[in-house]
Amino acid sequence: MRARTIWPGIAIVIAFVVGGLLTYAFGNDPFIAYGALVSGAFGSLYSIASTLTVTLPLAITGLAVAFSFRSGLFNIGAGGQYWLGGIAAAWVGYAVRLPPVIHIVVAMLAGALAGALWAAVIPGLAKAYRGAHEVITTLMMTYIATDLGHYLVEGGPMQQPGFTPQSPPMAPTAVIGRLVPGTQLTWAIVLVPVLAVAVWYVLQRTSLGFSLRLAGYNLRAARYAGVNPVTAILTALAISGGLSGFAGSIQVLGVDRRLFDGFDPSYGYTAIVVALLARNDPFGTLLAAVLFGALDTGANQMQIIANVPFNLAGVIQGIIIFFIAAEGLLRYFRRRRGAQAQGDLQTAPAE
Amino acid sequence: MNVLLNPELWSSALTLAIPIAFAALGGVFSERSGVVNIALEGKMLIGAFAAVAFSALFHSAWIGLLAAMVAGALTAMLFAWATVYLRADHIIAGLAIDILAAGLTGFLFNSIYGQMGTPSDTPSLPIWHVPVLRSIPVLGPILGHHEALVYLFFLVLVVANWVLFRTPIGLRWRAVGEYPRAADAAGVPVLRVKFWAVVAAGVMAGLGGADLSIGILNSFSPNMTTGRGFIALAAVIFGAWRPWGSFGAALLFGFATSLSFQLQGSAAISKNIVLMLPYVVTILALAGFVGRTTAPAADGQPYDPER
Repeated sequence: MRARTIWPGIAIVIAFVVGGLLTYAFGNDPFIAYGALVSGAFGSLYSIASTLTVTLPLAITGLAVAFSFRSGLFNIGAGGQYWLGGIAAAWVGYAVRLPPVIHIVVAMLAGALAGALWAAVIPGLAKAYRGAHEVITTLMMTYIATDLGHYLVEGGPMQQPGFTPQSPPMAPTAVIGRLVPGTQLTWAIVLVPVLAVAVWYVLQRTSLGFSLRLAGYNLRAARYAGVNPVTAILTALAISGGLSGFAGSIQVLGVDRRLFDGFDPSYGYTAIVVALLARNDPFGTLLAAVLFGALDTGANQMQIIANVPFNLAGVIQGIIIFFIAAEGLLRYFRRRRGAQAQGDLQTAPAE
Repeated sequence: MNVLLNPELWSSALTLAIPIAFAALGGVFSERSGVVNIALEGKMLIGAFAAVAFSALFHSAWIGLLAAMVAGALTAMLFAWATVYLRADHIIAGLAIDILAAGLTGFLFNSIYGQMGTPSDTPSLPIWHVPVLRSIPVLGPILGHHEALVYLFFLVLVVANWVLFRTPIGLRWRAVGEYPRAADAAGVPVLRVKFWAVVAAGVMAGLGGADLSIGILNSFSPNMTTGRGFIALAAVIFGAWRPWGSFGAALLFGFATSLSFQLQGSAAISKNIVLMLPYVVTILALAGFVGRTTAPAADGQPYDPER
């Protein structure tokens, strides 16, 4: 059991060792590269703020993915729900007139609602009533969301007059203020631990969370216990999509401050890595999000200082998730050890 | 509607369909053996990179093609080892391969080629002008001249269909995906069949990637597959886990992309709306509104021979 607990840690170590070997193979000093990575991620107030700027959307989308995994649903379309959250929040942010703080809150809620609907309505209903697997539907919805977003700002109704494919800027009342001046880190970072506690509380301390986890663990047992599978699927996807949409709204209102076609859905994929590394634990998700935020931010510095391509971060991520998936390795080693012990027992009496 | 009469639209629909069709055929191979293959995207990307790297190195597109097949197979072995022997979750292991492939190809691209990109004199596969076919009135301009891989694809498709449905190997292959325990009892080496089915899928995905990088173009850029591997997976499902069906679905995706290119700059309808079409159709297909699809019964379930 102990080996299983520290397995994510082992996966991280293996990944960094392989990444170091790869760096070395291409003629660079891995220690200099990793040194640049660490200082690029944590070396100054500016770099810490940059790391946390990436951590913010990763943590919230990571919580979204973890929530769906705990409910037995493979929502891998967080990127699309994130886009929808961005679209809805951007629209409220520039088209609606509201007093300061209320404007932000309404735009965020609109983003969360859009994300929730994007996940629950089509993938949710298709899963609940037609048995369509959510892995494919949520993924397809991500592509549709990206195309929809591009349409809206490239000649569509949300494009600012002119030729640049972007929306008008957010109204000043809808902009989330910067926490560290000169960086893109906003005070919205304080919402991250709050959301982690909220997700933990809902999953572990409410009857809703209990029935969702039960449905995720064993749908048949859940049905005997009176859980309605349709409600469970729709609720879990709505909450998961809502969190992703929320993350998208924070990105638009805090970092980008307008919607443009480079609005990046790739956090949705990294979020899966984050959730898996954390074994879907809300607080572990925060730690994993900091790790990947740091990896992402530090990798750019590593490219500049040590001349090692930032893509090394992707290699490391991929190896980590591969070994998380290949947890069966542990079983393999255990069985070999078991077979050896058994062999000893069998040979002993014969001696 | 003039757009629809343009042979260029249909010709490029076929061109754009083939990379997806190769990967989708690989998806059929692996899912028929019971392994859900979300790793197709990563294998395509690795294949695309290997094709350009070796084509440039040896000044031969055919060596590049071979390298893509080998690279796809090796990546698939890693994936197959995890999913078949370690009984890893197929989706998680597949995502791992996708993320790893994107990182690794990006790393190698930047380390080897850097700002300049892949060499501009990289040979690409020849375009074949098929003698009789190209002089048929309407079809000629559409089917008559394409990259070599387009014609090779049809050869592979026919052979694959025959192997899968008309030979003892194909029977074992499908049995493993439908009911591994019965196949096991009948003496089929379940894990080995799954392993090689996944490797065959890797070769197909590698070919699909090579078609992108040295068939249609002669260069590689990071993340150039842009989700085609995932679309291929959708084509597998939309094509009801059949080789010809998956090709038909790939054609639909190719058509939508081709149409979106043709509509570029046209005011009538946004290309971004047209681009949504394949994804919408896939969801409708999955929900059973278009066609009827049933996955192989044991698709996605790791098989434990000792239980």
